[in-house]
Amino acid sequence: MTISALPSRRDEAWRYSDIDAVTAAWPLPAPESIIVPAGGDFKRAIVQDAGDIRQIELVLGKGAAASLHVLNIGGAYGRIELNVILHEGADFHLGAAQIGGGEQNLEIVTTVTHAEPGATSRQVVRSVLGGTATGTYLGKVAVARDAQQTDSEQDVKAMLLDRSATANAKPELEIFADDVKCAHGCAIGELDAMALYYLQSRGLPPGEAKKLMLQAFVAGVFDGAEDEEKLQALALAKLGELV
Amino acid sequence: MLKIENLHATVADKPILKGLSLSINAGEIHAIMGPNGAGKSTLSYVLGGRPGYEVTEGSVYFDGQDLLDMEPHERAAAGLFLGFQYPVEIPGVSNVQFLRESLNAQRKSRGLEPLSGGDFLKLAREKAGLLKMDMDMLKRPVNVGFSGGEKKRNEMVQMGIIDPKLAILDETDSGLDIDALRTVGDGINAIMRRPDKAVLLITHYQRLLDYVQPDFVHVLAAGRIVKSGGPELARELEEHGYAEIAA
Repeated sequence: MTISALPSRRDEAWRYSDIDAVTAAWPLPAPESIIVPAGGDFKRAIVQDAGDIRQIELVLGKGAAASLHVLNIGGAYGRIELNVILHEGADFHLGAAQIGGGEQNLEIVTTVTHAEPGATSRQVVRSVLGGTATGTYLGKVAVARDAQQTDSEQDVKAMLLDRSATANAKPELEIFADDVKCAHGCAIGELDAMALYYLQSRGLPPGEAKKLMLQAFVAGVFDGAEDEEKLQALALAKLGELV
Repeated sequence: MLKIENLHATVADKPILKGLSLSINAGEIHAIMGPNGAGKSTLSYVLGGRPGYEVTEGSVYFDGQDLLDMEPHERAAAGLFLGFQYPVEIPGVSNVQFLRESLNAQRKSRGLEPLSGGDFLKLAREKAGLLKMDMDMLKRPVNVGFSGGEKKRNEMVQMGIIDPKLAILDETDSGLDIDALRTVGDGINAIMRRPDKAVLLITHYQRLLDYVQPDFVHVLAAGRIVKSGGPELARELEEHGYAEIAA
């Protein structure tokens, strides 16, 4: 995924990106490299609140576990790119929320490679988008020829607050083994009008009612995160700006 | 307390209410009965301000305020409570959090201090007890996985916590077994039978009225009230059916 030439929208992993913003930031610094040794356990919470392009390369050794939690909320263009390689029996978990309004363009792009047998990966991504914002999730899961007993899941949902907002979601599977489980689900919708009315009928002003429902929509992704309370609070504050 | 005059309303451009008038004073319990399609639920939604229910003529005043000019949450803050025929399931949103935020939003609009978490839980426990509802259910997401009867009980617990001036209860009796019907009836009496409160019960059947004695009974047919009387009218309806009475 790491590239040396300035990308264009013809590059699959950059097709919804703000190329002007990428150009302005070019050349990108080298990706952050994280290696979790065999049997190791790694946890990290990432808050993108300044319009950064962040690239992380994560390698999990045999039996290692990593849990990343991402809140992508800031700047005109914010991109989190994860390139994950899983060795035998490793376990990767991503819980991510991106929340954008105005003209924001936010994206989460992942490539998870199951290089060896018996690894598991689970990605849960929730996007909330208002105004003319764009939120993108591109998630590729690659299963190598001998990576039998792979168990991977992508659970992607987006909520549009305005008809002018855009959500892109693309799970992509590339599987060369024959005994694997690769689940992926994706849904894009808007807040249920009857539920909103029900909440308002009890006295909640419309903005508070929306915020409560969106909070519920996003809440689960940060379960068990480092700094879970801080992530929830930041997410809630950002939701408050959108409704 | 509530004064409805010549109310006309449409849903998806179809006229449903066609000149309905009704006055409810403090301390009174009114029952509206009527056949399917008469406009009973439309009346409750129009009074509750549900989007899509268009008032084309007439007026509704609640304590002297123009009710039709108010947003749903403003109607709640003014003291109106709508008990839903089909309470909505909202995954991920806890009953307790939702009710505390709702109650505090209402208190704020009346210039009152918000209720603390502890005080709120005490209030919620008391009202849940009144309706014989397990406190654990109040901590679960709003109505998710509740049976039909549990949802109706939850509506009444909400009513107890919110403590409105006027409750409009849309077929609160449907989906209840005999024991639950008695509990809900007792709950309505305990919460709402006061000189400064009023209730509008919307129902198909006499049975709820055995537990909550109405002062007035009205028959709604084809979008208008065609007959009004005392509690005896409900029994007449049960005996003879709507066709004969409304004719």
